[in-house]
Formats: sequence, structure tokens, C-alpha cells
Amino acid sequence: MSKDNQLLEELTSREYEHGWNVALETDSAPKGLNEDIVRFISERKNEPEWMLEWRLKAFRLWSKMTEPKWPNVTYPAINYQDIIYYSAPKQSAKPKNLEDVDPELIKTFEKLGISLTEQKRLTGVAVDAVIDSVSVATTFKEKLGELGIIFCSFSEAVREHPDLIKKYLGSVVPMSDNYFAALNSAVFSDGSFCYIPKGVRCPMELSTYFRINAANTGQFERTLIVAEEGSYVSYLEGCTAPMRDENQLHAAVVEIYAMKDAHVKYSTVQNWYPGDKEGKGGIYNFVTKRALCAGDNSKVSWTQVETGSAITWKYPSCVLKGDNSSGEFYSVAVTNNLQQADTGTKMIHIGKNTKSRIVSKGISAGRSQNSYRGQVHIMKRAEGSRNFSQCDSLLMGDQCGAHTFPYIDVENSTSKVEHEATTSKIGEDQIFYCQQRGIDEESAVALIVNGYAKEVLNQLPMEFAVEAQKLLALTLEGSVG
Amino acid sequence: MLSITNLQAKIGDKQILNGINLEVKPGEVHAIMGPNGSGKSTLASVLAGREEYEITGGEVTYNGKDLLEFSPEDRAREGVFLAFQYPVEIPGVSTINFMKTAVNQIRKYRGQETLDAVSFLGLMKEKMKLVEIDQSLLNRSLNEGFSGGEKKRNEIFQMAMLEPKLSILDETDSGLDIDALKIVSSGVNKLRNSNNATIVVTHYQRLLEYIVPDFVHVLYKGKIVKSGGKELALELEAKGYDWIKDEVAVA
Repeated sequence: MSKDNQLLEELTSREYEHGWNVALETDSAPKGLNEDIVRFISERKNEPEWMLEWRLKAFRLWSKMTEPKWPNVTYPAINYQDIIYYSAPKQSAKPKNLEDVDPELIKTFEKLGISLTEQKRLTGVAVDAVIDSVSVATTFKEKLGELGIIFCSFSEAVREHPDLIKKYLGSVVPMSDNYFAALNSAVFSDGSFCYIPKGVRCPMELSTYFRINAANTGQFERTLIVAEEGSYVSYLEGCTAPMRDENQLHAAVVEIYAMKDAHVKYSTVQNWYPGDKEGKGGIYNFVTKRALCAGDNSKVSWTQVETGSAITWKYPSCVLKGDNSSGEFYSVAVTNNLQQADTGTKMIHIGKNTKSRIVSKGISAGRSQNSYRGQVHIMKRAEGSRNFSQCDSLLMGDQCGAHTFPYIDVENSTSKVEHEATTSKIGEDQIFYCQQRGIDEESAVALIVNGYAKEVLNQLPMEFAVEAQKLLALTLEGSVG
Repeated sequence: MLSITNLQAKIGDKQILNGINLEVKPGEVHAIMGPNGSGKSTLASVLAGREEYEITGGEVTYNGKDLLEFSPEDRAREGVFLAFQYPVEIPGVSTINFMKTAVNQIRKYRGQETLDAVSFLGLMKEKMKLVEIDQSLLNRSLNEGFSGGEKKRNEIFQMAMLEPKLSILDETDSGLDIDALKIVSSGVNKLRNSNNATIVVTHYQRLLEYIVPDFVHVLYKGKIVKSGGKELALELEAKGYDWIKDEVAVA
């Protein structure tokens, strides 16, 4: 009930609601990218020598690589020398606790509906808040520490837990993996690190909230999750940015390493600024997310609700190395106006009896283009493996496009792969039926779209599901009639 | 309650309604009968505000207001209900969720407080009993995979939930076996009172044995060509529509 009411209230507010920016004083690198900039970033973060070397190696690799052209998206060439690679809100000193954090920053996050004040611990979500290039606050650290769980900013992890970082950084997504992963490896600014010790079930949702605030700035965060044997964690990621006329680059890397019997659930609600109705501005979202199910019986689930960004290029994947390991990918990707999304997943079956499940729901409206791209690869030794894929597309209006690019390779005869795909349109009949029951057109669309995406939304933790429902409605506002 | 004067409507280039006149008072049940293609369903759709139809003339006054000025959702909020001939499927949306949204939007429009989960559930249980519908059906995706009878029963359940002043039943008997027909009709009869009115659009007399009309109108070529009491329906059943066509041709 209240969900629907909230939805309604949200519907009355128009346009991108996170489009404000806060006047924060920043400490920024000069525009452009070269070895000196990489050194600048590393120095600003007080990093040890090995970290700098790692970055420089990535930078040199990146310099020789070329941007991928295969995604089904078009955009003007990005001038990588015209971007600021490091921007940090200025604070007199690194805050020791929340009282020391710049009140403007706290306000920023309160505007976003993220409480950093631990008094509100009833929400039961631990948050790491990243603004521009720096993690500004992490909550519930001590409580998690009692269980041996490490949840902190990436910079802190480099300093405090160098052995873990050295061991796992780049172990799932090598720096040479792709153009944007290499770029990220060279200039990544901050992000979250999460370590769940053997046998520990993390008692609360862990969450990182990313916010791009400064202009002309790229955001390159890195998230690393290591789940030891038999552990469990549910991780949430949310993101917003101000409205700006120019495009901003976001190239993140997320790595998940799951040992034997570990279970990691990773949920994203991506709401970067999508640009205006004419396609001006918006975030270029080029993200590499991958999980390695290294141990037997390990399991990783990706759930994503993608509503923002001018361009989305993102394939959260699972490498199913351990026997009986399983990977899941649940996705709702909505594009409106001139947004373009090329998103999907890769399920690489290496271990025996591995299982994967893909449920992708694309929604295209306006003049947008929405592509699902997915690969299911069952290797020779992955005997008895199974995949089920379902790719649905929903079209609104007649100027948008939905595309499906499934790639299936099966190298043995004992595995089973199923693929289902549908394309449908929101019918005028459906909308009229709702209207005849007293439901206005916008709410009708919200209702129909949320029904369509239900299977994916059901995978999200409750608070996120409500936010995601509202976002779907907002994104599609004005797309009918 | 409802006063239709010389109503004309077309779809594309095709003129379908050619001057309908009809008066409906509170407490009355009117049956609209007629052969296929006579404009029965068009009349129902036009009253509900379906946008494909273009009104080319005439007036519709509903409780003193110009009904044609209202958007489809506002007509519903003003108390006009259409039981669809072909109820639409909405995957992933349960009837319960659908009705919750509808009831509360209507209440908001009327300046009433929205119902919380408990009150809504209370209302729902009461109406479920009235129209003999099982909750398991209401938990399922709206009309998806429903049998013909289940769809129609669900329409009547929605009607009970929304308590309309004017209900229009469009071929509610189509696709129903005799048992389902009885249940659906009994639901409609229970909802009848002296303040609301019902227009029953049907092809056959069969439904009118269960929902007994006060008036029967025969629609032919977009016009009401004959009106009478319930016995007119029996006459039509016995003689078919040809004699009406002949009468019109002679006139």
C-alpha cells in the first residue's frame, strides 16, 4: 500500500531528482592523463610503492590499448586528456569519525536519503559513501569488526590490509582485461573493500553509495569483495550524479572472489544522470564487474536495476570454476529519451555441474536503444552443467529499439542450455483497462512496468526494491501519450 | 443519472453510432441488445472514454455533468464502471495490487483518505464473499491464464470493490458456461440497489433470465430502433433480429 502511495507522490515530481550539486571545495588533479597524474593520485592517497607500480603498469598497458567498438552504442570520441582524474572534497584532515566530516558532505548524503549518522542504526545497512574520488565515511565499522568482517574504503584497505589487497586485487579482473578495466587500474580513486572471514554470515547489508559531484571529473572506483569459505554477504551499490551539460566518464571495476561454499549477493541500483531529453549530458558508464566462483558450491548472484546513464556498457559476469558452483544474473535495464544501454552478462562454466541463470528484462522508451548481450560458455570439462536464460524486451512507443545478442558455446554433450526470449509492447488496451479502474496513465505505466520487472525486483533487498520501483516509474515518465 | 442525446461516434472513417438516445435513472437496469456490428460495444467504449473513437455529435450528461469532458480515469472516479468483454492481462500485477492502486486513486480523487493495508484487506474479504471468488485467484497476475469464467468473475469482483454508480456490462455472458453465468449474475444482482444503475450489453437473451432488466433496447446500425420491457428480449429470442431489420427497412 504505502509503496504505491510513495510511487504516486514520486510521480508528481518531474525530471532527474538527484540533479543538484553541492558547492564543495575540492582538491583536484589537473586535466589529462599521463604517468605524472597517476603518481599524483597515488601520492594524494599516501599509497605504498607497490600500489604505484601496479598503477603505472596498468597505465602503460592502457596506453597501448584501443577503446572497444563492438558495443551497440554510438557516442562522440572521448578525449581522455580533457578529463580530471582525481577530485576530492577538501577537508582539513582525514576525518576520524562522523563529527569531523564536513557538514556539507553530510548534507549531500542526507539529500540522497542516505543516513551516515550511526544513531539511525535501525536501518541495519552499513554504508560506505564515496563522493567524487574519495570515500568520506563508512558506518558500522566497529560492529562488523567484532565478527572479523572488514568493510572500509579501498584507500584504507591498501594501507591497513596490504596483504589481502596484494593477493586479490586484479585476481578476478586483470588490469589487461579490457580498455576500461586498464584505465580504472591506473587511476582508480576509491571504492570499497569487503572481506568476510570463514564461516561468517554478515548480519547486515553492506552498501556503497557513489556520488559524482565535481564537474569535468571522471569517477573510477574499485570494489573488491572477498568471501572466505562458507561465508555470506549481501552487498548493495547505489549511485547518482548532478545534471551537467557535458558527459562525464565513469569506469568502475568490481571484483568478487568466492571460496568454497561462499555465497555473495550483489545488488545495484544505477541512477547516474542520463542526460536531458535531447541527449545532452549524462554519464558514460563503462563498468567491468566479474565474480570468480573459485571454490566448490560457491554462489554469486548479480541483480541490477539500470535506469540512469547516457550510455551503459556493463556485463556483470560469473566465472564458475568450482564444481557445483552457480551464478545468477537478474537485470532490469530501462532506457528513455536518447539513452543507450548495451548490457548483459557472461557465464563461464569451467567446473563440473555448474549452474547459471540469466533473467534480463529490457525496457525501451523514447528514442532509446537497449541491447542485451550475453555469453554462456560451457567448457569441455564442465560436464553436467546447466544454463537457463530468459531475455525479455518491452517496447514503449515506436521510436525505440530493443536488441538481443546471445552467444552460446557448449563444448560437451552432457550440459543443457535453455534460452527464451520475448518482445512485447505496453498495449493501449492495458493502459485503458487501468484508466477505466480510475488509475491515471503514468501510474498505469508504472504498474505495468513493475509487474513486468517483478521477477528481478523480487531479488532486491526490501528498501532497494521500493527505490527501484520508484526509479522505474520516474525514468519512464512522459514516455506514453 | 445518465442522459444520452443524439450521440454519434466514428472510428477511423467508419461511422458507428448514428444518434443514440437513452435515459437511465438510478435503480434501473437497461439491456442493450442487437445483432453483431450494431454498435453495442462501441457505445460501451465511448461511455468509458476509449480514445480510438471520435465523438462526432451529441451529448452525454452524467449526474448533471458532461461525461464526454472527463478523462477515462476521471469517469471511473466519478463512478462509471465498464466490465470488459475481453479483460486485459497484466503480467506480474496481482488483482489485489491492481485494486489497491485503483481504490486509493479513486479515494484520493474524492477527497477521501486512502485505505491502509488492514482496511483494504477487510474490504476485499467482504467483497470476495459477495461475488464468491477465491483469494488464490486474486493473488495471481491479473487475468493471466484465467479461464473465461474466472476473468468475468474477476470483473464483477472489481465492480464490487469500486462500488460504481453506473455499471456497463459489455457482453459479460460471452465465454461463460451456465454455472459461471449464474455466479456472475448473482454477483451483479447483489450489487444492485436504488442508487445505482446498470447497462447490460448482450447478444443473447440468456443473461437476462438472471439479470432481469427494466428496459430492453434494440440497437441496429448505430441507432436504438426499438425499446420495450423485459418481454422484448423474449420476443427477440424467439424471432431473431431479422424482423427488426425488416421493420427498420420498411420505416
